[in-house]
Amino acid sequence: MDRIPILKMGDCLLVTIQVDMHDQLAVSLQEDLTDQIAKHAARGVLIDISSLEIVDSFIGRMLANIAAMSRVLDAQTVLTGMQPAVAITLVELGMTLPGIRTALNVERGMELLRGYIQKDDELQENDGSEE
Amino acid sequence: MVLKSDVHPIVGSDDVVRVRQVARQWAAELKFSLVDQTKLVTATSELARNTLEHGKGGRMRVELVENGARRGIRLTFEDEGPGIANIELALRDGYTTGSGLGLGLSGSKRLMNEFDIKSETGRGTTVTVTRWK
Ligand SMILES: Nc1ncnc2c1ncn2[C@@H]1O[C@H](COP(=O)(O)OP(=O)(O)OP(=O)(O)O)[C@@H](O)[C@H]1O
Ligand SMILES: [Mg+2]
Repeated sequence: MDRIPILKMGDCLLVTIQVDMHDQLAVSLQEDLTDQIAKHAARGVLIDISSLEIVDSFIGRMLANIAAMSRVLDAQTVLTGMQPAVAITLVELGMTLPGIRTALNVERGMELLRGYIQKDDELQENDGSEE
Repeated sequence: MVLKSDVHPIVGSDDVVRVRQVARQWAAELKFSLVDQTKLVTATSELARNTLEHGKGGRMRVELVENGARRGIRLTFEDEGPGIANIELALRDGYTTGSGLGLGLSGSKRLMNEFDIKSETGRGTTVTVTRWK
């Protein structure tokens, strides 16, 4: 069965969704990502959807699930490259993607991710010194 | 007036991908704007998945329609599944009998220019939507 490749870059994972996904492929990606975050103790996940021509409620739900699961596993998620037509349609569909942070492109997304990870580390250090 | 018409089965999750591509092709042929194409394809995805998952499979009819000077694409999703007992409730944002978000029907209605749903419990469901150019 085909699967969407997950790239490891330092302590982050990078996924580029390039195909018109059928539902099972989206479910597999969600499972694979969760496994990989845990396995590599990844701190950040970047999902690039610049090639995606639509995001429907199913893919939207998958993206929200990934972000929620990452959070539980102490990783941050950033979504990059959403096409304007996709964004307009998503809003009209009624999906708000709560808790998902977005950036224009992979480069900006990586910067954003770095910032979040650093802030997370600082927060954790502060927590430690108070105890 | 119907200028052209085609029927595609929706019996597996690959068919959901296939009918999305069909909707895209027809919309591109009619030179829909990118935003209109995206809306049509997204609604197609939602309604085809409903046909498959709630309606236990069915088909999509795609038609090139003309009304005076206007042309558009009409899609009809048809199944012989369990039907919908309360249509008003099913059309509400967030209402689902499954594990979804309950946005498929209400969202598709917003994405299309015309929306019609007929359903009879035990008989099946037919959803007809049109997007004009
Ligand atoms: N073809 C159908 N046959 C039978 N019931 C249907 C059909 N289409 C929709 N329904 C019913 O209407 C409800 C609402 O549908 P809708 O597409 O809005 O939400 P959903 O499919 O449950 O979730 P989502 O589409 O957001 O993933 C469904 O939960 C289901 O009970
Ligand atoms: Mg649905």
